[in-house]
Amino acid sequence: MVKFGFALNPSSRIDLDKTDREKFAQLVELEPDVLKCMACGSCTASCTAGKFTPTSVRSAILEIQNGRWQQALDMLKGCLLCGKCTMVCPRAINTRHLILAINEVYQSGK
Amino acid sequence: MRERILGGYDDFVLPFMTGMAFILIYLFIGLIRIFRHMPAQDRTRFFKSLLSPSIMLKNAKDIVNDCLLHVKIFKRNILLGYMHASIALGWFMLIVIGHIEVALYVPQRNGILYYPVFFRYFVKQEGALTLKGSFFFFLMDFFLLIVLSGIGLAIYKRFRSRALGMRRTTRPCLADRIALACLWSIFPLRLLAESFTAGIAGGSFLTKPMHWLFSNFLSNDLHILPTWWAYSIALGVFFLALPFSRYMHIPTEAFLIMLRNAGIKASHPRKGFAEAEIYSCSSCGLCIDACPMNVNKRNLKYSSVYMIRFLRRRNEKKTKAIADKCLMCGKCVAVCPVGVESCNLKRAHRATRYNTLQYNYSYLGNGSHPAHAHADTQDTPDILYFAGCMTHLTPSIIKSMEEIFKLSGSKYVFADKDGGVCCGRPLLLAGKEDAAREVIARNSQLIQTSGCSKVVLSCPICLKVLKEEYKLQGIELLHHTQFINSLIKEGKIKVKDGGESLVYHNPCELGRGCGIYKEPQEILQQVGELRKGEYEGKESICCGGSLGSLTLSYEERGKITQGSLNALTGCNPHKIITACPLCLKTFAEKSPVPVMDIAQIVKENIYTNTYETYSL
Ligand code: SF4
Ligand code: SF4
Ligand code: SF4
Ligand code: SF4
Repeated sequence: MVKFGFALNPSSRIDLDKTDREKFAQLVELEPDVLKCMACGSCTASCTAGKFTPTSVRSAILEIQNGRWQQALDMLKGCLLCGKCTMVCPRAINTRHLILAINEVYQSGK
Repeated sequence: MRERILGGYDDFVLPFMTGMAFILIYLFIGLIRIFRHMPAQDRTRFFKSLLSPSIMLKNAKDIVNDCLLHVKIFKRNILLGYMHASIALGWFMLIVIGHIEVALYVPQRNGILYYPVFFRYFVKQEGALTLKGSFFFFLMDFFLLIVLSGIGLAIYKRFRSRALGMRRTTRPCLADRIALACLWSIFPLRLLAESFTAGIAGGSFLTKPMHWLFSNFLSNDLHILPTWWAYSIALGVFFLALPFSRYMHIPTEAFLIMLRNAGIKASHPRKGFAEAEIYSCSSCGLCIDACPMNVNKRNLKYSSVYMIRFLRRRNEKKTKAIADKCLMCGKCVAVCPVGVESCNLKRAHRATRYNTLQYNYSYLGNGSHPAHAHADTQDTPDILYFAGCMTHLTPSIIKSMEEIFKLSGSKYVFADKDGGVCCGRPLLLAGKEDAAREVIARNSQLIQTSGCSKVVLSCPICLKVLKEEYKLQGIELLHHTQFINSLIKEGKIKVKDGGESLVYHNPCELGRGCGIYKEPQEILQQVGELRKGEYEGKESICCGGSLGSLTLSYEERGKITQGSLNALTGCNPHKIITACPLCLKTFAEKSPVPVMDIAQIVKENIYTNTYETYSL
């Protein structure tokens, strides 16, 4: 077997086949702001719940784009909807509604 | 006065009786429906309230003030108030006096529904007019004139609403138009009918001259029956259209007042109490002008009146859009003459969709609290300072508060110094009720066991939920404006006039939310020249940043912010002062003049020599 000299850790390997286009389109329809995220991490840095749990809007958005929506849901379970992330987001994303929308779209899709 | 028509019946009463029977059955079924859909404890509550003399007294007072005199509308605009009061009170008095007349003159017809309504047709005046008789004639004509003047104003308003202080009103639907046409014609027809009959049944200053006037060119007797028919038909059709029109608020409102006084709140967006609220909305449209979303006529369709209309028509899609858009600023509730708590309906509607979303707050159980370090020791400070999440994003407020605590020599413990958890209000506003209850329970326990007797808060959003939902025993809750004001009054800090002109923006959650208006004003009068903005007190408009709205975009919010700023800066102030970290942040982005929290301006203007006096 040919060795390329490096290996990916399977657990963090991105599998774009798992992305559910239909669900993502639903999410975009509910909250188009999801497309505006530039993954700056301001939301995560200011997150109230993030102090105690790995709550992160930034990661949740990335996970969804990578087809790992279960991880995204887990990541948002601790969210208190306090709105600090909305206040700090430099892209003016309506994060609170985005969080509700993610839950609405992906929770039903078990 | 003697009965003229033997048997006391004529066919023309049929249209009226049909309408009356229909509306009575409809109301009865509606009543049963509302009770059936109410949670059992609310039902018990209501029936218990009927036994309490104080609540019954309040019911009577509110019903007279709101349903007959329309005091709230009077306060807003005298003409508009007169229009409502004249029709409601006049009509009511006509009914009452009609019944008295029947009881006095033809007691054998007591209890016949149509008899007082068509009294003049059925009776005949005999002999000379007695004083008592002319007194009743006078009263009947007088109140008829009052109603007619109100109807005249109403017709005028339909075409020129601005004259009555309203910029925008609602568009009526078909049933509204039918009911309206009937309402407008009922009383002129009654006047005609009674005038034609005045030669037989008598009349007073209005009907008598009309009678003579007509008799010059019309054969009065021939016109008697057709006008009574027309009058009866107008009444009948009005009652038939009533349940499908905005005028349903006339019978529902009194019931709503009784439910509200019993302490019942909406627990479902459409059923039970909510249904009473929905049918009590008169579609008056006052909430359209009030709503900050309507700056530049942008979002007219998101006003509360439309939300209520779509709820009534069970249009889920449109109701959802409005329920999620609203800022929950409460201004429409403050101006609503019926007192429809539309924000609660929106919250309940959100709950039907978001309450079931998963959450996991098990981490809340592990958070240790800085206040607890003091809990068992003797030197527990009285004051717990709770800044709140938002204030942590505008730390200048925190710095100012710390300085003020220090300068006034107040001992305090800073509860969320290293960041705390959310107060739960944003969750409640989003309809995640169960999740909110969990946060509230945990926070309550922390505050209750902290050993402090006073909680000072910088964020009005937190204050509101602490006041309403936390059920803290023996703990006083103060917003920092109240706290600072008491420090100044007690002489613990001294402030000077900084020589700048200031305008105060009243945050929704502090003013309408918690009823705190006086203290900020008192403070600001001492630290500068306080000018008046366009909207003051209860009428203050949202900064646009409210957490209440779920779906307003940044751009839409920006327009609201701009509108609110324009209203504030009309008086050319040096600074805008507010008392909420969220307003501060929202305004600061767009304001042409500096924006400050009240704590900051106080800190800026504290006499430095008090520093020597108080900081030992
Ligand atoms: S702050 Fe806004 S842009 Fe930045 S990662 Fe979070 S959501 Fe994306
Ligand atoms: S709203 Fe949720 S994700 Fe955003 S800062 Fe608050 S707790 Fe964190
Ligand atoms: S909600 Fe109140 S203010 Fe708005 S239209 Fe109805 S009655 Fe009028
Ligand atoms: S609560 Fe405020 S934003 Fe919402 S409808 Fe009423 S006035 Fe408009």
